[in-house]
Formats: sequence, C-alpha cells, structure tokens
Amino acid sequence: MNGLRKFLDKIKPSFQKGGKFHFLHSTFDAFETFLFVPNKTTQRGAHIRDSIDLKRTMSIVIMALIPALLFGMYNVGYQYFKAIGQEAGFGEMFWFGFLKVIPIVIVSYVSGLTVEFIFAQVRHHEVNEGFLVSGMLIPLIMPVNIPLWMVSVATIFAVIFGKEVFGGTGMNVFNPALLARAFIFFAYPKHISGDMPWTYGLTEHIQTVDGFSGATPLANAASYAIDKIPDNWTLFIGLIPGSIGETSKAAILIGAFILLFTGVANWRVMLSVVLGGLFMGGIMNLFAVNPYMELSPITQLLMGGFMFGAVFMATDPVTAAQTNTGKYIFGFLVGVLALLIRVLNPAYPEGMMLAILLMNAFAPLIDHYVIQANIKRRMKRVKVSTNK
Amino acid sequence: MSKTIKLRKGLDIRLKGKAEQQWLNVVPSSLFAICPQDFIGLVPKPLLKEGDEVKAGTPLFYHKDIPDIVIASPVSGKLNQIKRGEKRKILAFIIESDGAITYNEGVNISQLSSESLREALLKTGLWAYIKQRPYNIIANPNSNPKAIFISGFDTAPLAPDLEFILQDENQALQAGINVLKKLVQVPIYVGLKANKKSVFESIQGIELNYFDGPHPAGNVGVHIHHINPINKGEVVWTLQPEDLVIIGRYALTGKYDVTRKIAVVGSQVQHPAYVKTIQGASIASLTYNNIIGENNRYISGNVLTGLNKGQDGFLGFYDRMISVIPEGNKYEFLGWAMPGFNKFSMSKTFFSWLAPKKEYVIDTNYHGGERAYVMTGQYEKVVPMDILPQQLVKAAIIKDIDLLEKLGIYEVVEEDLALCEFVCTSKIEVQTIIREALDTIRSEMS
Repeated sequence: MNGLRKFLDKIKPSFQKGGKFHFLHSTFDAFETFLFVPNKTTQRGAHIRDSIDLKRTMSIVIMALIPALLFGMYNVGYQYFKAIGQEAGFGEMFWFGFLKVIPIVIVSYVSGLTVEFIFAQVRHHEVNEGFLVSGMLIPLIMPVNIPLWMVSVATIFAVIFGKEVFGGTGMNVFNPALLARAFIFFAYPKHISGDMPWTYGLTEHIQTVDGFSGATPLANAASYAIDKIPDNWTLFIGLIPGSIGETSKAAILIGAFILLFTGVANWRVMLSVVLGGLFMGGIMNLFAVNPYMELSPITQLLMGGFMFGAVFMATDPVTAAQTNTGKYIFGFLVGVLALLIRVLNPAYPEGMMLAILLMNAFAPLIDHYVIQANIKRRMKRVKVSTNK
Repeated sequence: MSKTIKLRKGLDIRLKGKAEQQWLNVVPSSLFAICPQDFIGLVPKPLLKEGDEVKAGTPLFYHKDIPDIVIASPVSGKLNQIKRGEKRKILAFIIESDGAITYNEGVNISQLSSESLREALLKTGLWAYIKQRPYNIIANPNSNPKAIFISGFDTAPLAPDLEFILQDENQALQAGINVLKKLVQVPIYVGLKANKKSVFESIQGIELNYFDGPHPAGNVGVHIHHINPINKGEVVWTLQPEDLVIIGRYALTGKYDVTRKIAVVGSQVQHPAYVKTIQGASIASLTYNNIIGENNRYISGNVLTGLNKGQDGFLGFYDRMISVIPEGNKYEFLGWAMPGFNKFSMSKTFFSWLAPKKEYVIDTNYHGGERAYVMTGQYEKVVPMDILPQQLVKAAIIKDIDLLEKLGIYEVVEEDLALCEFVCTSKIEVQTIIREALDTIRSEMS
C-alpha cells in the first residue's frame, strides 16, 4: 500500500489551501480517510484513544442491515414469481430481486452522498459518515415499485431539509431515512400505500394468478380481513408483501443482535419500543371493539415496519432521546404510538414511521425533564447539607 | 463508620507494560526541574536568578495571584536555567544538583498552633501539596474546607500499586495526618480499594471508605461524589498519599525531603518496574537504557491525564509514574475496516473482544477524525457519578455557567471525565473542554 500512500501524499498539496483543487478538499479528505486512518496524534488530553471511530460504527450498522437487504432481494423475487404463478429456483428469485433492488440502493447513495459532499465542501467540513447508514436504510423502507426518481427526490429532500438545514450530521431533529419515506408518503401516496407497490410489476399490471392481491398484512388487518393475515411464523420469516427490508423479522433480529452485541445501538430504546408495543397491544385486546384490536400483541409486532423501526430507526442516537432514562420513555412511547396510529387512525396504514418522527420531535422535551430531575436531585442535596 | 461502595460504571484499559513489584536502579539525575505547567492556573514569579545557589526546600518562585504560595526546590545545587517559551512564559526552573543533598533549615511544624502552622506550610512550600476542589488547584490558603479527601489507590491505566510505594511509610503518613488534623478540624476521608489490605488501616484520625469497581474508582473525585459531594460555594481539599508522606517527613525530620517512589511503565519500557527518585528528576535518567524503539511518547503521569514531556522532560511535581508508549504518527490502510484483533475498544466492534484478558499496545493515534456528536450513552458508561456527562460537556462547550453549575461542574475535574475522552467515537476533546469551562468559572467567580 506504500505506492498508494505515496501517490496520495504527492497529490495532497493540490487539494490543500492554495492548491488548484482546493475546492475539492473535503472530497479528497473523504477518500483519503476512507483509504487510510489518518496519522494524526493526540496532543492534549488523553494520550490514547479507543480504536472506534464513526466509520467503524457506521459500517457495523451497515453490516447489521445486510441480512435484511439480502432477504429483501430474495423476497422481491419470491413475491414476483408467486404473483405470476411461475415456479422459480432460489437463485433465480434472488437474482431477480437483486436486479430490482440494487438500482434503488445506488440511487439513494448517489443522490444523498452528492448532497453531503456539496455541503461539506461549502462548509469546509469533513464529510460525516452518517449518510452511509441513511443511504442503506432508505431503500430498505421503500416498496420495490417505487420510481427511481422519487427515491432520488425524497433522499435529496431528506438530506437537505432533514439534516443539513439543522447543521448537518449529529444536529438533525428527525431521522433522515424516515423523512425520505414520509416525503413520499405525503407527496406521492399512491406509490407507497395500497396493494400495488409491494410486488414488483403490479403497478404495471402484470398478469397475476387468480386470488393474488398483493395486500400487506397491515392492509388486511385494516380491512378486518383477519383470516388473510399469515400466521406468526410466516410473518416472522417474512415471505410476505411489504417494504424491501422490513418483512423478515428473522433478518432484522440478526441485525439487532449485531447492534446490541457490538454496543453500537442502545438496548434501552429497542427494549422499551417492544415493551410499548406489547403494552398497547394488550390494552387494545382488553377493549377490543373491532377485529383489528383483537389481534394478539405478538402479531401486531410482527406486522409492518414495527420491528424494523424498533431496531434500526428508533435507536438512531442522534434523533432519539439522549439521556438513558429518556431512552426508556422515548422507546416506550414510540411503541405505544405506533400501534395507536396504526389501529385507530384509518388514514395511515402504518404507524411506526409517524410514531418515531413524532417522538423525534418530543425527544428534546423528554431529555429536558430528565435533566431537570437530575438538577433537582442535586439541589435537594444542598438543602440537606445546609440543614445539618 | 466505613462503608464499601460498589461502582459498576467505568473501564479498565488493559495496557501492556505494567510495573513489576521490584526496584530498578537508574542513573541518578543531575538535572531536576519544576515546571509551572504542573500547577493549574499558577503564574510563576521567580524568587531567584539563574546561577543562584539553592538548597532542597529553597523557594524558587511564588504564585502571582496568591503570593503566599511558594514552590520549593527539590534538591540542592544551582539554579541552572529559567527556561522560557513563547511570550517569555516560564516553562521550567532547571536545577543542577550538587549530588549530595543539603536541606534548608527546617521549622518544627509539629509544635505549631493552627494559624502559625498554616503560615509555616506556606513558607516551606509544603502548602503546594494541598489541592482544592473545585478546580483542582493548589488550595487557597484562606479557604476553609468542609472535608479533606485522600485516595489510597490508583486505578488509572498502568498505575503503580500505592501499597507497594507506601510500604514502610506508616510513620510519615501518621505524622502527615496529624499535621492536617491540627491545620483544620474537619473529617479526613481516605478511600481504599475494597478487599485489599492497606497501610492506611493502621493510621489514626481518619475515616476509611472502600470502593470496588473499574477505573475511575480510584479517583478522589469519585470518592468525594459518593461520600460528601461538593455543592456550590463549598471547598474540599485533596492530597495524594505520597504528598502526605512529604509533609509527614518534614514534621518528623524538619527536612524538605521530596524523595519519590514512582513506576516506569508502558509498552515501550523494557523492564517496567518501580524506581526510587526525587521530584522533578529528568525523564532521560529515569528511562535510560530501558526503552524499546525511537518513536515514543514520554508521559509524566498516566496515559489518560498525564502530560507529554518528551524524553528530555522532567517528572511532574505531583506525578507517581512515567508512561512510555509508541507514537501513532503513521497512516493505516483501511484501518477502520480491519477485523482488529489487536485493537482495544470499549465497544465490541473489533474482534479483540475474543480475548478479554489480553493486554494491548495502544499508540497515540486518534484512530479517526473529529466528528459531530453522533453516539450517545458512551460517556454514561464510564462515569460512576450521578452526573449527566454528555450534557455537562455540551454545556461546557457553550460555557453556560448557570447550566454547568446545575449539572455539577464543581464536582468534576478533567481527570474524572478522561475516560469519556478515551471512548468518544466523535473524538471530542473532553478534558480540554472541561478545563476551559473550569477556568472560565474560576475567573468569573474571583
């Protein structure tokens, strides 16, 4: 690698101040630090630092998303061949899905990273690695039939208005990936709800076999067609129509394990989202006035984007509550609200997205009260000690 | 009444190069130095000129803001140089030792009344060993503490075993405690490691508390927080046991004897072990013929909070160890993506989690670039106090004094949050931020 290093050292001056490519310095820096961990040493404070950096953290999250991505590719093929009633082998299904999903991934990354690089350049910042994860999350929460230009517009919208206007990575209030989805949901609702978008080709009216509807379990539940909802095991494995990466809870749980084991995601949020969902599901069972409310809480958790949201979206450290106590409250309310919106508000087929975005807005408030509680404890102590 | 406090939060960084419990002979240092940098917030005013003769205990300089505070020479000889840096800032008072140490004529401090004792401690330079919180500065001579805290153990990476250093010092320790008891009539708390025998157990006039847990369990700040926390307007004094020994020795013999037992440690030290030396000894002499490689960092103190003094530097005034680790000024191809069997991390994102007992060589590389705050909950894992560290650091960045006070800034100094800096994914310079905030508050309050 010495040759590569020498080459970089040779061209580096042209990207530094005064060099003729100085306007591309952030881009150069991003590529250089991608290839080589910088030689920068500590000067003040602790002389040694943990080996972890943001690149490592983000790449762990991407690794955790890979099972969901791979399964999503397979499922796209599986649903397609099921719809047209054709037999196909595992490889064929996977390859079919691969070809449909990869363009969405590429469009998401290219549009998002372009915006990121431009902003880093203009602000003279280093390029933050945050989008590496958002860029992967966005395709996974899209339906396979989404037009590519919509992915691009939504991604650009999410990065600019969800992140950069707040100051960039680490400063955003809302989860950028969910914002991309919300953008499509409100701007082009036809393309992300109903029965059509989830199976490849349905929007183009491919010839399907009799009885194939393409409805997601959530849609079935909302129309009280409870008997059409697959059993829990099928929901868990994920061979059902839905967003590309959301359907397989098995794949999501592998991701959850990676995130929790490595310590990258906070277990408090994940646990409390699930508890919140179970709690609300239980309450609904108690007051069940319609078949949707009678669904068991476990089934509720296995449907739609609940688990994906719990593992990959609610845990976003930037937009979730920042304090440990706050994380419990935040997660629990996400779980509760997700089911509330899903079951009680007929306008929105899935509640998870809105629940997380709503709680993103309330996270600072939750933190505020947690911090105030800490301050109060401290103040109390003063009184105790002066009374002595 | 003593109690045992169990601390779960914290992190023991498993570094290579722990000192073996044996004494190493080193070449005696001929140059000694006192560096004003070792005293937070002290602007030195020299009392002597270059070339003047000094004895061990002769005051070298005084504190510009509190002229009563003087710092004394560790050895006898000649004031060789007052080394200056940019804007004529004094970097070091360098003394050339005459080999045999002659001491300044002492005062019998064990017979004095409380008030004249304070004066005597100031005049002899012994006062400099008493520090105060908030701020971790030399105690204000006019301050009246609500308690005195001493930590009897050190949990920092590669820290020496204080029991080994303090063996046979019972008498001096007791004499030191007696001096403190006379100076101020407040409780003296000594924090000890749980389930370990300590020399302090035979000392009279102190209250013992036991702490169990990973670093920073040995930090005196953690002990204060759990035993008798500092509220706004309160002052607590702290001392290191070795410094108490110096005061005790003076009370017993009338000599300013600053002999120190220190550990020379780190992955770049051939034979990490203990050394008997004198305060301010040259690092070159302490590490002579005992170092592997050329490209190393010489730290007086531990790797989290010590100062980079270089091979030609000197042992810090309060320091009990020299740490030598490799410099990390090299590029690493795709380093962030490697499996990382040899990379220590609090997270399990590197495969080093497979070897939970292994000791690591960690260099001075940042291992990444500085980023915005993205991760949360990391600091909380390593601060065993009821304090919200990330919120505190953020308040320190914007220097919101009111908020800092509410969040408990008076309870911490930078060493208490040093682990936050170590584990930070975003590579935020936590200690510098905290120190700047403390300095701001100190200047606003005075």
